Amino acid sequence: MDVTSLYNEQFMDHVTHPDYKYPLDDATHEHDGVNPSCGDELRLYVRLGDDGRIEECAYTGHGCAVSMASADMMSDLMVGKTPEEALRLCALFKGMVTGAEKDNDLLEDELDEAALLKDVSHMPARVKCAELAWRTLQEMLQEKA
Amino acid sequence: MTTLTPDQLAVIEANPYKADFPLLAQNPQITFLDSAATAQRPAAVLDAERRFYETMNANPLRGLYRLSVEATQSIADAREHIARFIGAFDEAGQPQGNAIVFTRNASEALNLLARTLPQVVDLGPGDEVVISIMEHHSNLIPWQQVCAATGAKLVYLRLADDFSIPKSELANKIGPRTKLVSVTQVSNVLGVQNDVAAIAARAHEVGALCFVDGAQSVPHIKVDVRALGCDFLAFSAHKLGGPMGIGVLWGRPELLDAMPPFLVGGEMIDSVTETDAVWSSVPQKFEAGTQDAAGSFATDAALTYLETQGMEALESRERLLAVYLCEQLQSRGYITVIGPAEPDRHIGAVSFDVRNIHPHDVASILDMSNVCIRAGHHCAQPLLTYLGWHSTCRASVAFYNDKADIDRLMEGLDMVWGIFNGRN
Repeated sequence: MDVTSLYNEQFMDHVTHPDYKYPLDDATHEHDGVNPSCGDELRLYVRLGDDGRIEECAYTGHGCAVSMASADMMSDLMVGKTPEEALRLCALFKGMVTGAEKDNDLLEDELDEAALLKDVSHMPARVKCAELAWRTLQEMLQEKA
Repeated sequence: MTTLTPDQLAVIEANPYKADFPLLAQNPQITFLDSAATAQRPAAVLDAERRFYETMNANPLRGLYRLSVEATQSIADAREHIARFIGAFDEAGQPQGNAIVFTRNASEALNLLARTLPQVVDLGPGDEVVISIMEHHSNLIPWQQVCAATGAKLVYLRLADDFSIPKSELANKIGPRTKLVSVTQVSNVLGVQNDVAAIAARAHEVGALCFVDGAQSVPHIKVDVRALGCDFLAFSAHKLGGPMGIGVLWGRPELLDAMPPFLVGGEMIDSVTETDAVWSSVPQKFEAGTQDAAGSFATDAALTYLETQGMEALESRERLLAVYLCEQLQSRGYITVIGPAEPDRHIGAVSFDVRNIHPHDVASILDMSNVCIRAGHHCAQPLLTYLGWHSTCRASVAFYNDKADIDRLMEGLDMVWGIFNGRN
């Protein structure tokens, strides 16, 4: 695998210049996620609007580039989604990184930039890193329901 | 960039060993720098494993026919060879083959000790077990559990700024309450060697027993249990080119005799009635069930391979490789070496941090250029916490590595740094 296939410019931009890495003061929901073996620690914030859709999603924390870039891409994707749509996308993302879902067109349509992380399916040791934010969002939304 | 002389560099530029290791010889694109986790195996070991099953396969110990007798003899030969390899000789100068107990790995050897030794020394409240802060989890958790079960206290030897265990720590922490001292000879994270002879001497001064974890030392340096003066030593065959699934525990025979069995069942009894059983003598007492006889046979072959090359030659080559590795890492401003600053104090392993880049990213990117290093807490979380790191990168060398392996690592690290700092 070419080194730039995962750690490419677009990916690195999310690491070095994240768009959604900040605490969300008016969040309606907060949830923590950790990967104890990696030391990845994430706090995820979501503000649900009156119409029940996700108005804003943000995160703070620290971890490897894969976990942080994944959180940034996810936060971007989730704006405007209903919790049901968000949960469906979390499941799709999980399918992608574990190699169960291989339909590239579908993944790019649905997951947008997060489809960049499909190479993680060839890196079993990094699946947990990529999943962290998505798993945290899933837990948050399931607890809410 | 390096303090090695041209002659020394020529030694590590040449590589007369790689051809003996099928995985390395058949995959020249792979740069394997994770021998502290497990070594590669020479063809001689793989052949031995196969030869056992092709020429003497039968259940050892119980058979009265030729195959079983040969299998039994091969295990006895392996025990004797291991005893010679670690300097375990009796007063008459005979190798203490019967003081060599086979386990699945060094961790199991530690569990065996931690389960059986407390009864011998009557460990209880008010007593102390002393280990060092640099222990691998396998020389830490068994003692944590023993202390929790018996009410004894677990005491840690801590490190000076130069990563050594100061004499004052030995004097302060090993005292009249100490019943057991269990320390690693070489740290799997720091690569640093502890003066276990001094630790064993201090333990004996206060009437305690001393166990040495040789997992990272036996593969790389000449270990002599008489010179160390310890009571027990354990190591894993797979870290010195033997098969996975074979661990070795050596103990002073009178202590092994006094210890109760660890696992019970077949092959470890002399006689059994409906209500009771009489244990076999050591080492069979500690080896319940059918053992990995092929693995013991192949471990014997691994030692023969090392001795044929010459342990001294291998040791001095590995020192040169470790010095070159450490100096190269130190030459990069963006890398911090975690461990002794003196390159010649690293046995095999060098841990390091790449500034602001998570070790898992470093290892993943290196993997894309087929450079294999370890990243994480190295099964030594209390040590990393104590040093203030969450995880580190670790490169480790064995004699089958060469200068080009380390140069490829450095090219890879420069690339990692470039990717994260916009220079690629």
